[in-house]
Amino acid sequence: MTELSKTGAAVGEPVSTPSDAPKAFLEVRDLKVHFPTDDGLVKSVDGLSFSVEKGKTLSIVGESGSGKSVTSLAIMGLHRLGARGKNVQMSGEIWLDGKELVNADPDEVRKLRGREMAMIFQDPLSAMHPYYTVGNQIVEAYRVHHKVDKKTARKRAIEMLDRVGIPEPAKRADSYPHEFSGGMRQRAMIAMALVNNPELLIADEPTTALDVTVQAQILDLIRDLQKEFGSAVVIITHDLGVVAEIADDVLVMYGGRCVERGSVERIFEQPQHPYTWGLLGSMPRIDRETSDRLIPVKGQPPSLINVPSGCAFHPRCPYADLPKGNVTRTVRPELQLIGSGHYTACHLSQEDRTRIWNEEIAPKL
Amino acid sequence: MSETKKTDAAGAAIPQQAAAPDDRAASAKSSENREVLLRVQGLQKHFPIRKGVLQRQVGAVKAVDGIDFEVRKGETLGVVGESGCGKSTMGRVITRLQDPTGGTIEFEGQDITTLGASKMRPLRRDIQMIFQDPYGSLNPRHTIGSIVSAPFRLQGVEPEGGVKKEVQRLLELVGLSPEHYNRYPHEFSGGQRQRIGIARALALKPKLVVADEPVSALDVSIQAQVVNLMDDLQEELGLTYVIIAHDLSVVRHVSDRIAVMYLGKIVELADRTSLYEAPMHPYTKALMSAVPVPDPKRRGAKSERILLRGDVPSPIAPPSGCRFHTRCWKATEVCRTTEPPLLELRPGQRVACHHPENAEDQAPQDTVLLSVAKEAVELVVPAAAETPAESDEASAEATAEADAEETAAVAETATAAEAEAPAEAEASADADADADAESAEAEASAEAETVAEAAGDEAAEAPADAAESESESETEGESEAASESDAEEAPAESSDAGSEADAEAKPEAAESDRQESTGK
Repeated sequence: MTELSKTGAAVGEPVSTPSDAPKAFLEVRDLKVHFPTDDGLVKSVDGLSFSVEKGKTLSIVGESGSGKSVTSLAIMGLHRLGARGKNVQMSGEIWLDGKELVNADPDEVRKLRGREMAMIFQDPLSAMHPYYTVGNQIVEAYRVHHKVDKKTARKRAIEMLDRVGIPEPAKRADSYPHEFSGGMRQRAMIAMALVNNPELLIADEPTTALDVTVQAQILDLIRDLQKEFGSAVVIITHDLGVVAEIADDVLVMYGGRCVERGSVERIFEQPQHPYTWGLLGSMPRIDRETSDRLIPVKGQPPSLINVPSGCAFHPRCPYADLPKGNVTRTVRPELQLIGSGHYTACHLSQEDRTRIWNEEIAPKL
Repeated sequence: MSETKKTDAAGAAIPQQAAAPDDRAASAKSSENREVLLRVQGLQKHFPIRKGVLQRQVGAVKAVDGIDFEVRKGETLGVVGESGCGKSTMGRVITRLQDPTGGTIEFEGQDITTLGASKMRPLRRDIQMIFQDPYGSLNPRHTIGSIVSAPFRLQGVEPEGGVKKEVQRLLELVGLSPEHYNRYPHEFSGGQRQRIGIARALALKPKLVVADEPVSALDVSIQAQVVNLMDDLQEELGLTYVIIAHDLSVVRHVSDRIAVMYLGKIVELADRTSLYEAPMHPYTKALMSAVPVPDPKRRGAKSERILLRGDVPSPIAPPSGCRFHTRCWKATEVCRTTEPPLLELRPGQRVACHHPENAEDQAPQDTVLLSVAKEAVELVVPAAAETPAESDEASAEATAEADAEETAAVAETATAAEAEAPAEAEASADADADADAESAEAEASAEAETVAEAAGDEAAEAPADAAESESESETEGESEAASESDAEEAPAESSDAGSEADAEAKPEAAESDRQESTGK
């Protein structure tokens, strides 16, 4: 993978060296996360690069098993903890605010975790400790990074609970997670993640388990808080509606790699990768009525142990035979810049892509 | 919307309720000639809560609390609602996997509500279910062959060409390979397992298939495959579906008619187009507006974004009256006290609401917003700029005739002051309605007569549109545009006063209103 930063017209330029000063707030370069198992090496993330500026939102989309969550855990440094840490092979670079995390000392990363970067998990019930009150858990998260007494920390916790819209925060701080409803638990977790004003917030499917009405509340909350604190946000989701609602940039993952990346407008209006077309085509729309059939991606997501040769998407791609020769089956396509900040990894020629999108895909959506 | 019509609506509110079943039958006949396959009336499912040594019942979870609907042959009925609204329980009760605690279920004209297990067995062939969790609904110790052939074994059916051949045909039908016959569920992905569940449900050629969240556990691309499969099978086999889902986009795609549930009740039941283009129940509207639209261009233009505050109340002690009144921005006193019946306000669109959207107000005399509603109103956040764009006619009129309408509002207060007892509601309405009106009250009593006359004339001019725009302006009644929307409401209110006065025949109140109607 050659190009890295969004500003660089980097195709063809030499591979960046670690000494390059990162330009963006969060910059991931050629990240690889592999897990050796009895069945073989699981290449969950296999060469991923992206960057996020402060105040911006990047959305990572893809099917289950495409490596979205592993990426977020890798940034947080959570793969290297405990017994699991011995069983993971990580390489590449993750730069957060000028500090490199992949090769950093775990203690250093721990100091950053919670303070500079925080995470919202999908299932708040399992992410919170059932034995401690919600207030105590937030107090703990605060006191890890701030040398304050319990009283001050509790005040801060209540303030955060109030900020995320929990009614009677002083009273609810003494409740246990199971006494909260799903939406309130998710709010409490957001309060916990934001208690230290982190500059990077990673949300892994933050609304998947929630009803639409609550989902709208939570998305609004994340957006408001981002505006208030100016954080960089990475949202991992499979719901393109959520992406359209909240993201500035979109990264589409397939089989552990990025297949397309660009601004949200470009991804929705001129998507250039057949997999992105597939995602858009499989999605039923609430905003228009079609009695037409959905256009699903045929077949199953790939196994990460035996990722298909060449382009990982070729077994499911309806256009795999279009490029000459056997190139889709033998050569892995690299990301190419095809427009302002818009990259795609596909063997199809620009003309073919434009024609297929305009003539075959767009009219059916 | 003419004044007389409005009066009728107010006056005839009660007879209308009584006539509802007839209306329904008539419209069913006219709009759809298809045969009714399943008819559910007053269906209830209460789960008792028991406490103490004696296990006395101290309460009940009212999961399903009196719902009526019918499913016609060959159609797809979608059921949507938030979690905890009773939609899954409803699915389990209509398939008799759980016994209802009240109401009746008729399948092909036969009452199956109280049939015993043995009498029910032959009917199980015709009613099948697809479950949500493709991991939990297949026995891990059985092969696919044995899972899909179980219905044949249980029903003692010997299909043509033998069970194995038939099972393999079914596997092919749902897009699996016949060689999968001897494999176990763990060897399959989520989407494939869901296909196995579908094959099992179709084994006995059922007439009705109830699918409880059939695609919610699947990835987007796989979800589309399963949705298409269910579509094809419906066409091929003439199936009737009841699809329960929380994803409104999926439901829009698959359903012919849609029922929206809230806390154990159906709040709206309509065909797909009417429901999505012009939802009548505020809850439906809120649900729709909460769904993120996959179009980044629409992000800035959230003209009708409605955020519901808080969570669904507990079904153990549901709110009185309309169950949605605790979260509704249009709730008035009548919503708290009287439960709205499910009425057909437009052909094919039934709704249970006193103050529906996109339709005539069912309780126009009741204009005092509850305090909860006033809080909720803040959450209805159309961009201020959008208001004129949406109802530019109305607002243009409003600005043009602002003065006239203000006087009309004054006249309203005046009448209210004169009429005292009967018009208490209006008086308090004005109290919180508009500061202008209040300040003008003192003058109003002095000028009452002349102003009332003026109001009469103006009301004649004041176009019916203004009355129509009432519901809209109430919805968008955000605090910023309060003065404007109040101005718009004013003539409408005065006409309300007229209708109420006519209905109740209070001579004092009617005095100025009579002038109005003569003006008309």
